[in-house]
Amino acid sequence: MPSLRVVLAEDSVLLREGLTALLDRFGHRTVAAVGDADALPGAVAEHGPDIVVTDVRMPPGDGDDGLRAALALRAARPGLPVLVLSQYVQRAYAAELLDSGDGSGVGYLLKDRIGQVEEFARAVEEVAAGGTVIDPEVVRQLLRRQRDPLERLTPREREVLGLIATGRSNAAIARELVVTEAAVGKHVGNILAKLDLPPAEDTHRRVLAVLAFLSA
Amino acid sequence: MKPTLRAAAYLTTGLLLGPLTLTALLLLTATGVALSPLLVGLPLLALAALTGIPATAAERHRLRVLGAPVPSGPHTPPTRPGLLPWARHRFTEPATWRELAYAVLGALVLWPLEAVALTVLVVIPGALIATPVLLALDGAEVKAVKLLTVTGQPAAFACAAAGLAVLLLAARPLRALAAARARLTRAASRGTTAVRELTRSRARLVDAFEAERRRIERDLHDGAQQRLVALSMTLGLARLDTEPGTPLHDRLTAAHDETRHVLADLRDLIQNIHPRVLTDYGLPAAVPDAADRSPVPVTTDVADLPRFPEPVEAAAYFVIREALANAAKHSGADGIRIEGTYRTGLLTLAVRDDGRGGADPAGGSGLTGLADRLAVLSGTLTLTSPPGGPTELRAEIPCRPCV
Repeated sequence: MPSLRVVLAEDSVLLREGLTALLDRFGHRTVAAVGDADALPGAVAEHGPDIVVTDVRMPPGDGDDGLRAALALRAARPGLPVLVLSQYVQRAYAAELLDSGDGSGVGYLLKDRIGQVEEFARAVEEVAAGGTVIDPEVVRQLLRRQRDPLERLTPREREVLGLIATGRSNAAIARELVVTEAAVGKHVGNILAKLDLPPAEDTHRRVLAVLAFLSA
Repeated sequence: MKPTLRAAAYLTTGLLLGPLTLTALLLLTATGVALSPLLVGLPLLALAALTGIPATAAERHRLRVLGAPVPSGPHTPPTRPGLLPWARHRFTEPATWRELAYAVLGALVLWPLEAVALTVLVVIPGALIATPVLLALDGAEVKAVKLLTVTGQPAAFACAAAGLAVLLLAARPLRALAAARARLTRAASRGTTAVRELTRSRARLVDAFEAERRRIERDLHDGAQQRLVALSMTLGLARLDTEPGTPLHDRLTAAHDETRHVLADLRDLIQNIHPRVLTDYGLPAAVPDAADRSPVPVTTDVADLPRFPEPVEAAAYFVIREALANAAKHSGADGIRIEGTYRTGLLTLAVRDDGRGGADPAGGSGLTGLADRLAVLSGTLTLTSPPGGPTELRAEIPCRPCV
């Protein structure tokens, strides 16, 4: 993994410094660390980072200012990877993020996950590489719901869709479920067909499937 | 001038309300008495006894015409949900009987007297003043106030002058009459002061309690939780820097796992105190969030609800949480539906499950606590759960949305 240049937005000094140290440990450089959402666009314009990591709740409004800033950045610079950290699961946040751009290069994680340093670093790298990472807690809550159009999926297909939503590739899903990659490919094909997603570029359809999953 | 006009308008609206009350009283009492051998008459008689409540409430609102503030009603909310406890509560309240007495007095005596007063003080002088105009229209002769035959304009103008004089003299008695009636309404509406003060102090207590919960939630969020995340991060990094398999590595791993459990516990704790999503986005976001946590599949229809004052949102949210928990624990339901509607000052939340029914409202202390909480907001909680189902818990809270 090449060294990533990161712009960090987090209002707690403790966590800002901790995250900088964490990213440093994995060989990534925090080129700017800001404490409020208004300073974020300037820092991004100045440094042109490989990825933006931001908290949802930030000054000045102490509402979802961090998320709004991230969405504005995504609109202004399509393809800019953004990883958003949230103190609680809010499905609407995840859906909005996936809706921005083509849904690739976005991540939504519970703040608690920072503690799992290796997983967190991997999530940062995946998002920077254009992947999609959704917190397992969001996925877990969604899997408990049974509603159209997901009702048409078999339990195994739902499981696979849950793994797609966490940003796993077919190969990674195959490892996780201890099946062959071809079997995963078949499941993915079935999911896309059952969700009425027209054949198009594969990553795009995967994102649409996740969107259907999130908004169900 | 304006107070007099208001007084006249106030007395006039009484001429609408009085006969209406009289009709309701007579109809309910007469049919009640006639049907009492058949038993169905008894509820009608009970209803007649309660007529004073809406009648006096209407009287209180009528004070608006005078430009006076509308006093709050004398009734206290029942301590338990349901129709029967409500009826028992109302029939044992002295205020109910005082209001009935006032309604009977108003319907039989006061409004006819006021009608006479209005005729003498306003209608007759008005007719006299109109005499010259009527004479000009007719040309030949006019019977002023149906009694006095007037043929010439001088006499007509004399009539008008007399009418004007009476009208001017009538101003003071009109105002006095209206003031007396308003005083009577206020007297009939006066609750026992101690009880009203108690209700108010209970509401203050709940507000303070709610504010305290929010403060604790904020402190945990911004303090303990952030520090724990930072600690967990430090432990995680430290673990990476030690040789796997060494005792130090194992201890760090154990400590790291422990912080993760503490963080999960803390998140659940915060969720139970006062969820942040409720503070930030209100019921349309918090209810589906609670539904997501239910082991029984839930469909929600709350997206159209506006934002309400914090105590209302908190009470509504915890009613739903309790209903979901009860349904999951006892009902054996396969599906739950939550509907929230807001219409003209009333927020209604209904939680329905397709389980086996037969839920006992007295069974759960949770429900009683929620009913108390709603009672402070003048809201009610109703549980319908026939054996075999379905079970419906319905909360109604009078409130206004935040702008």
